[in-house]
Amino acid sequence: MNIASPESPTSQALDRRGFLKLTALAGGGFALGLYLRSSPFGLAADAATAAPVRDFVPNAFIRISPDGVITLIAKNPEIGQGVKTSLPMIIAEELEAPWESIVVEQAGLDPRLGGQFAGGSTAIPVNYDQCRRLGAAARSMLVRAAAETWEVPVDECFAEAATVVHRPSGRKLTYGELVARAATLPAPDLKSVALKDPKDFKLLGKRISGVDNPKIVTGKPLFGIDQKQPGMLHAVYVRGPVFGSKVSSANLDEVKKLPGVRDAFVIEGTDDLFGLLPGVAIVAADTWSAFKAREKLQVSWAGYPVDEYSSEAYAARAAALAREAPQKEIRHSGAVDEALASSAHVVEAAYHYPYLAHATLEPQNCTALFKDGRMEIWAPTQSPAPGLDLVARVLNLPKDKITIHLTRIGGGFGRRLMNDFLVEAAAVAQRVPGKPIQVTWTREQDIRHDYYRAGGWHFLKGGVEASGRLSAWHDHFITVGYSGERAGNGADVSGDEFPSRFIPHFRLTQSLIKTNVPTGYWRAPGSCAYAWVFQSFIDELAHAAGRDPVEFRLEILGDDREVPPSAGNRGRSYHAGRMKNVVRVAAEKAGWKSQKLPRGRGQGVAFHYSHAGYVAIVADVSVAPDGTLKVEKLTAAVDVGPIINLSGAENQVQGSMVDGLSAAWFQEITFEGGRVQQSNYHDYPLLRLPDTPAMEIHFVKSDFPPTGLGEPALPPVAPAICNAIFAATGKRIRTLPIDKEDLSWS
Amino acid sequence: MKYTLSVNGQARSVEASPDTPLLWILRDHLDLVGTKYGCGIGQCGSCTIHLNGQAVRACQTPISAVGDQKIVTIEGLSEDGSHPLQKVWCELDVPQCGYCQSGQIMSAAALLAQNPNPTDADIDEAMVGNLCRCATYTRIRQGIHEATRLLAGDVSKKQLQETGS
Repeated sequence: MNIASPESPTSQALDRRGFLKLTALAGGGFALGLYLRSSPFGLAADAATAAPVRDFVPNAFIRISPDGVITLIAKNPEIGQGVKTSLPMIIAEELEAPWESIVVEQAGLDPRLGGQFAGGSTAIPVNYDQCRRLGAAARSMLVRAAAETWEVPVDECFAEAATVVHRPSGRKLTYGELVARAATLPAPDLKSVALKDPKDFKLLGKRISGVDNPKIVTGKPLFGIDQKQPGMLHAVYVRGPVFGSKVSSANLDEVKKLPGVRDAFVIEGTDDLFGLLPGVAIVAADTWSAFKAREKLQVSWAGYPVDEYSSEAYAARAAALAREAPQKEIRHSGAVDEALASSAHVVEAAYHYPYLAHATLEPQNCTALFKDGRMEIWAPTQSPAPGLDLVARVLNLPKDKITIHLTRIGGGFGRRLMNDFLVEAAAVAQRVPGKPIQVTWTREQDIRHDYYRAGGWHFLKGGVEASGRLSAWHDHFITVGYSGERAGNGADVSGDEFPSRFIPHFRLTQSLIKTNVPTGYWRAPGSCAYAWVFQSFIDELAHAAGRDPVEFRLEILGDDREVPPSAGNRGRSYHAGRMKNVVRVAAEKAGWKSQKLPRGRGQGVAFHYSHAGYVAIVADVSVAPDGTLKVEKLTAAVDVGPIINLSGAENQVQGSMVDGLSAAWFQEITFEGGRVQQSNYHDYPLLRLPDTPAMEIHFVKSDFPPTGLGEPALPPVAPAICNAIFAATGKRIRTLPIDKEDLSWS
Repeated sequence: MKYTLSVNGQARSVEASPDTPLLWILRDHLDLVGTKYGCGIGQCGSCTIHLNGQAVRACQTPISAVGDQKIVTIEGLSEDGSHPLQKVWCELDVPQCGYCQSGQIMSAAALLAQNPNPTDADIDEAMVGNLCRCATYTRIRQGIHEATRLLAGDVSKKQLQETGS
């Protein structure tokens, strides 16, 4: 692979293999044939069903009216990742429809649309091929309709700008004019439909502004919290401060008399932390009345014995476990102990990262109406299908009696993969039949009742050979779980995480602390924590060996090749060449080592492979003698294959980098007596505009199939910054957040 | 208590307890949901509105303190989304999730009304109270500068001054 150029060509053979794997991962795009119908009377999306029959509805995602309006259905929840724009762009590209002619409509939960989900940076890899085929199928039907109208061979016709052109005669018919005839044609086989050559793409790769932007900037109702239904009441739902505690008694009679309050009742809930949490509902005429009544609510909670559940106790337990034999070996290759014993340089270090909240700016909320045995829900959820299942199970409702509408979502970051707020609203609505109920959480509830990014501890040993090569790696990873038997959601590490598979002697072991804290999926789950540990420790080893941190990393990555997952692990193939390329591009663009930096200034590098994306980041920081940190610049090189929407892609990388920086710098959730100590943005801060670093983003052009960008740029940020702080000050950050450390120097 | 408010140039009557934050009057009583609830303690800026042209947090403004001051919300910033900031926000694709953006735009509009050519330091000062969980800060800064240029050259200047006061 060409060393310096981001445009370096990649192996065609690897391209194809990678593509086949991604296609397999997608769960079979060709199943979409099921949704294709040749006539508008067939199965179609909600919106399509409601459409006049004179429209051309080639499948559940596309509707074209005789006056030429092209409506594309956006199936996935929009959380700010831009999916309501990017997936329709792919359809529009193959449909040969100018973007200005497109209307995008948000779908509700509808099994006819296939998976509907916002998580894991999966929308592009899972749907790219499907969306192309859907658009191409519709285009081919429109071209055929024109050819039949003119009675000319199909191959003399082509589509362009929502018009079919007869090449020899120059005759034209618009899509609108072709609707009636196209609607009578049989649908082509999606598997064999002819796709465009990517070099002819007109739309993909361009900068396209988000489809909801005009509504966002004028304050139109879009989000879950904006939903209004006739006669709607507003509710709060109060859970115990200790996770999973049940209501013993509450002063409901007193609360019911408060101004604006219509009703108050206890919901028993379920026993598990992932069901319907027990609590008290207060239903009022408006949100403020409900919030105020909440302050007068007095509940006696029957908790469980959790006095020992505190951050301090967890840290003590982790330290004790570190002195014992690990409970479990996740992966061991080579002979780590022997290799460490014979290493020229051995480094030992203990790293700790805290729990994190998601802190989406739109607090959890949901609107539900239970009427005539049917439950209708307006939900800002990232995972509507599991939400429907949860409501059916907990409230004992048949699934076909539940409807879920998808609203725009004021931030996901993994929080709304859990549907606790959704089932709460449904449970409250079930108790007040016939009245739409909007449950709104206070910010304090939102911070204190999350499914947190798990805290963790890593006790590491690494060995470098006399030649300067990394040879041995041992990690005793201490994590948390509520069952006491396995790590909680988002709290485990695959045995294939780098540098596993890339060095001869590698061992990852694990021990577990039992807690009552529900954990979940934060942005780039797992990776958002351990990329910092592993890329920081690699830096320690590079410095111990007197090596340049970039060269040391490139050497570990080795030859350009695709490294397969190891047996029994959850890894995925890792293309060393793609990673080396982004490391080199980031280093070159950031001017790595091109100047000797004075004390107090430093550069740090880190890379990470997650969600099928290859990202390397170089951070430039300055640290004043009094310890004040300023992150001057982040330079990222990103390889996720071809970019769909350049504007959205840049947004995702900028957002991921600042999110990673914000968390590493300031954020920490702590516990005392089984409850969360933080409550709002004053004690759980987010980075603000003045602290935003300059950011430079380089998308490496490659022919690999496109993959997602919601997450992979986040994990390398924290280690790049901490490595830069070390370069600036000689101080190694081994505990997050950074602002707990004294960075002063003299 | 009964109050008559001036909201986006219209007189609106509402019945509410005196301590009700203007945020909830706008959202629940007047169905103006562009003003967002984010924190309730004046930390996030999602509920930023204009009170006599000044950017204030609606969650920290009880209805009893409003009197006859003129309230402008995101819905009233322009009639048709043509305020330079609204146009530039769309052109630059500033929003990600978009939840904070009405507050960001209202803070930026108040800044531009008072200082049509802000420096980066002015922007820092005016925008430090507005959180963006998606971190669109780079484009927010760029958008304010861009709107400044738009203003310098064309008719939107008059419009900005009208809506900003």
